[in-house]
Amino acid sequence: MTYLAKPKFHHPDLPKNSLGYTHRDYEGTVSTLCAGCGHDSITGAIIQACFELSIEPHRVAKISGIGCSSKTPTYFLGNSHGFNSVHGRMPSVLTGANLANRDLIYLGVSGDGDSASIGLGQFAHCLRRGVNMVYIVENNGVYGLTKGQFSATADRGSKSKRGFINTDNSIDLVAMALQLGASFVARSFSGDKHQLVPIIKAAIAHRGAAFIDVISPCVAFNNHAGSTKSFDFVREHNEAVNRLDFISSRMPIEVKYEPGTVEVVEQHDGSKLALRKLAADYDIHDRTAALGFLQHHAAKGQIVTGLLYVEAESEDLHAHLRTVQTPLNALGEKDLCPGQAALDKFNAGLR
Amino acid sequence: MPTATPISRVNDFVVRFANVNGSGSASANEMFARAVMRMGVPVAPRNIFPSNIQGLPTWYEVRISEAGHLGARGGTDLMVAMNPQTFDRDIAGIEPGGYLFYDSTKPMPPSKFRDDITVIGVPLTAICNREYTDPRQRQLFKNIIYIGVLTALLDMDVKVVEQLIGEQYKGKDKLIEPNIKALHIGRDYAVLNLQCPLSIKFRRANAVGDRIFIEGNSAAALGAVYGGATVCAWYPITPSSSLADAFTRHCAKFRIDAETKQAKYAIIQAEDELASIGVVIGAGWNGSRAFTATSGPGISLMQEFIGLAYFAEIPAVLFDVQRAGPSTGMPTRTQQCDLTSCAYASHGDTKHILLFPEDPAESFEFGAQAFDLADRLQTPIFVMLDLDIGMNHHLSKPLAWDDSRKYDRGKVMTAAELDAGKEFGRYLDVDGDGIPYRTYPGTHPTKGSFFTRGTSRDRYARYTEEGAPYVDNMQRLIRKFETAKDLVPRPLIATAGKSTKYGVIYYGSTSPAMDEAIHMIEARGHALDRMRVRAFPFHSSVNSFVADHDFVFVVEQNRDAQLRSLIVNECGIDPVRLVPILHYDGTPITARFIAKAIGDHLDKLTVKPMKVTS
Repeated sequence: MTYLAKPKFHHPDLPKNSLGYTHRDYEGTVSTLCAGCGHDSITGAIIQACFELSIEPHRVAKISGIGCSSKTPTYFLGNSHGFNSVHGRMPSVLTGANLANRDLIYLGVSGDGDSASIGLGQFAHCLRRGVNMVYIVENNGVYGLTKGQFSATADRGSKSKRGFINTDNSIDLVAMALQLGASFVARSFSGDKHQLVPIIKAAIAHRGAAFIDVISPCVAFNNHAGSTKSFDFVREHNEAVNRLDFISSRMPIEVKYEPGTVEVVEQHDGSKLALRKLAADYDIHDRTAALGFLQHHAAKGQIVTGLLYVEAESEDLHAHLRTVQTPLNALGEKDLCPGQAALDKFNAGLR
Repeated sequence: MPTATPISRVNDFVVRFANVNGSGSASANEMFARAVMRMGVPVAPRNIFPSNIQGLPTWYEVRISEAGHLGARGGTDLMVAMNPQTFDRDIAGIEPGGYLFYDSTKPMPPSKFRDDITVIGVPLTAICNREYTDPRQRQLFKNIIYIGVLTALLDMDVKVVEQLIGEQYKGKDKLIEPNIKALHIGRDYAVLNLQCPLSIKFRRANAVGDRIFIEGNSAAALGAVYGGATVCAWYPITPSSSLADAFTRHCAKFRIDAETKQAKYAIIQAEDELASIGVVIGAGWNGSRAFTATSGPGISLMQEFIGLAYFAEIPAVLFDVQRAGPSTGMPTRTQQCDLTSCAYASHGDTKHILLFPEDPAESFEFGAQAFDLADRLQTPIFVMLDLDIGMNHHLSKPLAWDDSRKYDRGKVMTAAELDAGKEFGRYLDVDGDGIPYRTYPGTHPTKGSFFTRGTSRDRYARYTEEGAPYVDNMQRLIRKFETAKDLVPRPLIATAGKSTKYGVIYYGSTSPAMDEAIHMIEARGHALDRMRVRAFPFHSSVNSFVADHDFVFVVEQNRDAQLRSLIVNECGIDPVRLVPILHYDGTPITARFIAKAIGDHLDKLTVKPMKVTS
């Protein structure tokens, strides 16, 4: 419903963040997704996270592939540049954009078809390169725009709206992200804003490849009995390992929790992640154990959510490539062109 | 004595080395070609190599021409036959009166030779076995020994080769002396046992001038450095990989910050060609100059993204080092076979800009200019090299750069202009050239942001599925394509000495063969005006060139006459007026081929006056 202009006026008492922006300044156009779509809740969580972090909206570049999820970047951060690229190829476009200007925040939005089927290769390679980004998969296990085909994240045995049973094994993007070396891996549920917003904030503050799988039920094609991505199923089988409080470096709030139940993780930018541990045996710094934990609970039919892994001293692709601090797109002739004198020497060496 | 008169020529012959891939012959053969250049004699080597690391046959052909003909000629005057696998075939390729140089360690029956050539046997294996014990040394030094033999047979200045050995092993100095020793083992054997020199031989000349010896891929990559490319994403594919390798090398030399030692570039070896072009498009969207290097199969894989870049109007540069298709079979052979797949790449209505460099110097020039064109026109630019230009060393004009030159970053609206109230519409044609303004992401807190997508948008980048804005946009893209015609490198015309009704159009690596063929055609009594096309879309002079002649030959290295199709299609020209001359067996086109094909055609048209008896 983009032809419906969104009213610009807002309540004068809307809370403002440290930049003086209200929540409304982080919105985009009106969503054209189905009413009740989980994706719209994720959009809301992104808006909330950016507002709370007092991010300049135009310093975010939002990049997506193709699909329902990939349409959502129009619905948030209206003052940011966005790029709705081609199916399954968001990661490469984001990687290129990130190389061109290391100073922006890169938000990649994708879906389960986009990332686990057509784009599985790009999903894998951008994570193993450590591109500094927040990579969100809005995971509903189904192709919405083409009317309800299973995607590669649909669980085996899951029933489609038309009654077909999925006989293929599912791909767990979280397990893959852990295996591929992502330095921040989380799973959440679109229906759980209290869990999702702090995870997004922590991911934005993280330097390196941050991956968030958000289970996001499709109200049109995958919210029925027999589906393992429906609101009811996810609520019943959600196994949260922790609850996160994100404390930015600019807000030195004292964290007061019962000793032993809270773990504080400091990130490179000085921000702190306070984790209220729900599963006593879960260690967010142990990649191998995280994989085991995930698979163990998956076998019991449980969906593990929370911040599952974080590497506090992570590096990103720019560090690997040793690129200059100045964004590459800001370099001019002086830095880039060696000139005729260097060419004379070069020519002389070839005679 | 051979039945044909032995060929007798100075500084004008073809030497062909037949070797086994992976035997270390390439560096020895290249040294031979360099030595010719150092003696002031123009030289054009061509590597004919298999898709293989070790074992299959490989050839290195060296054209020597004091007159300066640097295209492939065809035929061999002196065959250095070092590969038993191809021995018979190699002997068959020798010109009547030519020479065969072979390893005579194992006696060969006379039936293996021809009676119209001069046969020179040197027991190379026996010499190596005598001199060396290490099998690897026996193999490697054998190559230097035969170069030593050639210095005597062809009257080469041995000091030049010694100096080249010194340069090649600089830093690994202990290798210099044994190599020089091997060189003299060969030379001494020849002087003592063979009649030296042959009737084909070298003489010092002064015909090289200030030219340099360089591969087109290296020159193109340096063009990318000078043109300001900061992001390169690529996937290995012959014959383009050495372009990305050269960019890496040039950047390590020219683009490391002196103080911080940090890189002013980023190179990604991607997981496939789809990711390569995706990275390039992401970087171009975000204001960096970015490119990929690939070949035909890579272009096929990039199709969807190329269409996106066309419609979303994102600058990108693609170096397509063309090779024979299909994707398997002839990946190490040259062709000009990707013109149509690049010109109209992707789904929907698309047209792209192609540049056709003829040699390394132009690969450098167009390699840099491509980035200005990409930014100015906000669209993908294809630099169409081929294996012959890219992977062979060519004697080329020195690379040149004008230090006062500034990069043309195109229509980019700044924060100051937005603040000053300048109207911004991402797809708004403000001055009739079809090119809209863009903003880089992150420019301004509240103005100038836009959402990039494929087709469905209006002049202000707002989503729409209406027909009228779509048509409006497609028409603007055509205006932009028209604008491009005057921005791309113009065709070059060389008129015949006398007026003629016939012309010839050619492009790219066909140049040196065409330049030579024109003399041969003239010698048959025909005059031809020449046009070298250097870019697509075509400048209006292409239309007028065709209009000014009864018919025009179009010389190409592909089966389907791809450039001819583009001319017919884009210039609306009657196909019968364009006569295709096509060479596509994977070898570089030769002057002999062109001269024969065009000469025969024109001979048929020549009206012979009837004999009148009185």
